Amino acid sequence: METTRLQKQVTASTMLDPKILVPAIKSAFVKLDPRLMAKNPVMFVVEVVAALTTLIFVRDLVTGNANLGFTFQIILWLWFTVLFANFAEAVAEGRGKAQAESLKKTRTESQAKLLTGTDRTFRMVPGTSLKVGDIVLVEAGDNIPSDGEVIEGVASVNEAAITGESAPVIRESGGDRSAVTGGTQVLSDWIRVRITAAQGSTFIDRMIKLVEGAERQKTPNEIALNILLAGLTIIFVFATVTIPSYAAYAGGSISVVVLVALFVTLIPTTIGALLSAIGIAGMDRLVRFNVLAMSGRAVEAAGDVDTLLLDKTGTITLGNRQATAFRPIRGVSEQDLADAAQLASLADETPEGRSIVVLAKEKYGIRGRDMHELAATFVPFTAQTRMSGIDAGASSVRKGAVDAILAYIDGGEPRTVASGNTIRSVAATMSAEAREIQTIADEIAKAGGTPLAVAKDGKLLGVVHLKDIVKGGIRERFAELRRMGIRTVMITGDNPMTAAAIAAEAGVDDFLAQATPEDKLKLIRDEQSKGKLVAMCGDGTNDAPALAQADVGVAMNTGTQAAREAGNMVDLDSNPTKLIEVVEIGKQLLMTRGALTTFSIANDVAKYFAIIPAMFLAFYPQLQVLNVMHLASPQSAILSAIIFNALIIIALIPLALKGVKYRAVGAGALLRRNLMIYGLGGIIIPFIGIKAIDLIVAALGLA
Amino acid sequence: MTVIGWIQILLFCVIVIALVKPLGWYMTRVFNGERTFLSPVLRPLERGIYWVGGVDERREQHWLTYTVAMLLFHVGGFALIYGLMRLQAVLPFNPAGQTAVAEDLSFNTAISFITNTNWQNYGGESTLSYLVQMLGLTHQNFLSAATGIALAMALIRGFTRSSMRTVGNFWVDVTRCTLYVLLPICIVYALFLVWQGMPQTLGAYVDATTLEGGKQTIALGPVASQVAIKMLGTNGGGFFNANAAHPFENPTALSNLVQMVSIFALGAALTNVFGRMVGNERQGWAIFAVMGLLFIAGVTVTYWAEANGTSALQALGLTGGNMEGKEVRFGIVASSLFAVITTAASCGAVNAMHDSFTALGGMIPLINMQLGEVIVGGVGAGFYGMLLFVVLAIFVAGLMVGRTPEYVGKKIEAREVKMAMLAILVLPLMYLGWTAVGVVLPSAVASMANAGPHGFTEVLYAYTSATGNNGSAFAGLTGNTLFYNLTLASAMFVGRFFMIVPAMAIAGSLVEKKSIPASAGTFPTTGGLFVGLVIGVILIIGGLTFFPALALGPIVEHLAMNANTLF
Repeated sequence: METTRLQKQVTASTMLDPKILVPAIKSAFVKLDPRLMAKNPVMFVVEVVAALTTLIFVRDLVTGNANLGFTFQIILWLWFTVLFANFAEAVAEGRGKAQAESLKKTRTESQAKLLTGTDRTFRMVPGTSLKVGDIVLVEAGDNIPSDGEVIEGVASVNEAAITGESAPVIRESGGDRSAVTGGTQVLSDWIRVRITAAQGSTFIDRMIKLVEGAERQKTPNEIALNILLAGLTIIFVFATVTIPSYAAYAGGSISVVVLVALFVTLIPTTIGALLSAIGIAGMDRLVRFNVLAMSGRAVEAAGDVDTLLLDKTGTITLGNRQATAFRPIRGVSEQDLADAAQLASLADETPEGRSIVVLAKEKYGIRGRDMHELAATFVPFTAQTRMSGIDAGASSVRKGAVDAILAYIDGGEPRTVASGNTIRSVAATMSAEAREIQTIADEIAKAGGTPLAVAKDGKLLGVVHLKDIVKGGIRERFAELRRMGIRTVMITGDNPMTAAAIAAEAGVDDFLAQATPEDKLKLIRDEQSKGKLVAMCGDGTNDAPALAQADVGVAMNTGTQAAREAGNMVDLDSNPTKLIEVVEIGKQLLMTRGALTTFSIANDVAKYFAIIPAMFLAFYPQLQVLNVMHLASPQSAILSAIIFNALIIIALIPLALKGVKYRAVGAGALLRRNLMIYGLGGIIIPFIGIKAIDLIVAALGLA
Repeated sequence: MTVIGWIQILLFCVIVIALVKPLGWYMTRVFNGERTFLSPVLRPLERGIYWVGGVDERREQHWLTYTVAMLLFHVGGFALIYGLMRLQAVLPFNPAGQTAVAEDLSFNTAISFITNTNWQNYGGESTLSYLVQMLGLTHQNFLSAATGIALAMALIRGFTRSSMRTVGNFWVDVTRCTLYVLLPICIVYALFLVWQGMPQTLGAYVDATTLEGGKQTIALGPVASQVAIKMLGTNGGGFFNANAAHPFENPTALSNLVQMVSIFALGAALTNVFGRMVGNERQGWAIFAVMGLLFIAGVTVTYWAEANGTSALQALGLTGGNMEGKEVRFGIVASSLFAVITTAASCGAVNAMHDSFTALGGMIPLINMQLGEVIVGGVGAGFYGMLLFVVLAIFVAGLMVGRTPEYVGKKIEAREVKMAMLAILVLPLMYLGWTAVGVVLPSAVASMANAGPHGFTEVLYAYTSATGNNGSAFAGLTGNTLFYNLTLASAMFVGRFFMIVPAMAIAGSLVEKKSIPASAGTFPTTGGLFVGLVIGVILIIGGLTFFPALALGPIVEHLAMNANTLF
């Protein structure tokens, strides 16, 4: 499993796709509807003043006032400011809409086989008529009509419609793979499904709504930010509406359009315009990453996560243990042990067995042998014997759990070693070889491995060291998380000794060994009572309480319906490592908002220096000194400021959609870097931008 | 600017810094209800006060109860001052035979003193009886200061407590602050001032015969006791009209230095109290650094502007800076320093006439007040004002580290941002709004002593000072008119209480939140980066609001002055 970095995925998206841009331009005009604009206080205010100045312009047009050209240009740019903001939002929505379209195709009308009795009699009904609790039969080639739970049967299902992954997955009743999704297709066999979602609220329906942004609720931080922006807007109302009075005192007057220009450039239009685009793009990034967040709140919470609970198997280690060493007892050569172990594993198709064959070949050059040539019969692993091997004529080779092999040698016959008494009786009569095996096995367990004893013809040979293989690069990821201030806790069913060894190798901060679902839930509650936010992923029904309790619960799509309902995110790829990326996406979303807010507010300094001298020059010529940018004329200064203010929105759309680059360097370094770029940059850039626009405006003779 | 001048400024800073830790340590103990060396004497008294007032000191209050208690307390304070002023003619301790004070002036003064503003539209020695000075004004000087500190404590508890509902008990906080902090210091302080030559008497004014043979009435009174708390509590209301420029109210260079230090002492120490209470003194020092840097910048500009004087003065052959309106006893450095301190700290006492400062020299006091008086600020008020800016700064930039912004373990969310914005936006509404009215309304314009930008600055300064609860006057403006008495009173009232209530709401909201332990991903709030960020936010959010007004006032005046146009 490779860990794809999110940046790659996002830049691959088509930002300048005409299929998105053209409808977005149309949508920018549609969104001028004041009822829609009212959701965004800052831009709504801009629209109101733009409309107001337009009215004044029309009046002046009739009465024949001077300076109509200048007024007209200002008004034009005011409207552009509003349109650019709408455009930004439309582009962000457009990207989601394209995905929604492809999802909608899976929702085509289908017929369902509604079971009428206990046997396999059914009648055909339209899929839309199904109710929660109905039981349907789905056979090879059928589409699953709605979300449900498999109550009988096993089938391979193509879930490409939601995951984009064409390899079929197995769905079966009972266990942790019982959930099926409406719109996916059964490829082989048949299953009986109890419907769990009504039409309109199925997984695909929710997914469509989410990517379309139709049900987008403002997230907590977004609400707080909106309050801040509204507050700043009000402050600047005070700052501008008092100016005419001050000017009157000084014996001058200031036209409404100039005041409006000052006001609009001062209020935080940049972030106001891009705020919703940032939110939509954040959700979109998750969707592109095949993670479905049930709410924006969950995405934000992901950025705040303090503790990550990660399952060992599949997340930290590769799913399977592998043989890494042969440890013979005294008097046996490694070669002999490897040879016997290889023989015992020849027919063993489990990943562990295969890894023994591979190791024997790589280390000792023992070639694969043919079972038929040896005339051997395979003795498979059972829960009773807990060992496997082959019998070839009089010779027999066994490998298995240490106590099972010891019991097998002791009694000559495999027997159950379930009760503690039996083990003790074994230990009492233990031979020197057995004790040596036991010592080696303990060493291996202490190092985090699993010992596998090997015996041939009733004689102990040694132990195979099976090891949990920690995923490549995972240690670095955990170090990264630590720099971000996130604690990682490994959850495993292993005994504490083994768990400690793997935890140390993987570099997690803590581990929970022999974890039961109750332990998990308790751990989450403990962390939360310390004020920490916890993220975890899970798939089983017994994970559901913990998933619901966690602040960010990512359910695996292969998991049960209960798990999927309990979590606030669903990972369509069912890749638990992705939890880390989810956290990064959450952080990126918050950072982008903060960066653009800072930038927007910092921009005001330059705008003041452009407009204030221009505004008062007529009656206080001394204020020319404040025209530090040496803008050509008062009119061109005002016009340049408002043009810059509008164009910066367009210029920042790509950043809003892509998000500020995230680096796991710790809060201090991150802040320093972002403050330099967006804070200091926010002060300097408009000085350069306004000056440049002024040069063009003057050259074109626009003002 | 001279080396001696800078040494004086440095000396002042060193003394203030040296006081931060010991005072902070002491005040932390007081407000945590721990034993102090004064407890044997004061504890029985404290208990007695609770017994008389029927206060259960162990019973804490919800933020709303706390705020309502505070507001009721002020209603009482208002009634007391208003009543005393109106009735002073028939009350005792009135050797000068002062008559009843006019209704609007009494109203203005009562509001002025309960809001810790001490804006004075009257001359103390020519208007008020000793009884009013002592029982009305000095008394409120103590209580409005104690209230400010109590509120700061409530807000600090909001940050330090976790998952609780109460923020302390208003009555207990006010009593402890007055008994353990303000009174003991003031007793020693007043005696020091008497030693320096300040009158402390209930005797009548003295008539003296001047060298020319004329008769001069020398006003006296219980001055030292009032001046001590006026400075320590950042109230600023002078016993005499000339305030700290009057020889009896500021007799020596030493008394001047001690007065300056006492303005900053408690406000600066509160940063340390905060640091101690949140369990990391560096948090307090970071805030102190924000205040300190802004203060040094202000002092530098004013000192530079005053020491340079104006081209007009130089043309007359007057070198050595601008001495107009300054006491020769104090000179340029001590006057500039005093002006910056008194406006930074919401004190409002003056030892020189700010109206006579150069345009830029006078602009700094104006800016200090317009920034919300958070540079040390009024006792308590400056600190909670600063925390409001910190909340905003943390919210604006905190998102940039990719987490919901948090400060000393508390998440800053919609409610906190809403309240902080509310508190910050009423300030410009008051001073920009009333100035806009004052400069065009003919009856108000008549109050101005000067024309042009200078007259404009006088009006702007008056409303800024009132809104910021500073109380210093730019002089020049005739404030004792019906219009100014009422509008300034409204600015003082809104500037105080519309800031307090949202600040308390924040305290109430924070106290219920869980404390989040800091990690490597937490926004660092003890380093230079944080200090720079808060300064930036104060200057940009605070500063941008009044830049147009400043451009039309001091800035244009300065530019005109350089071109030899005076107003």
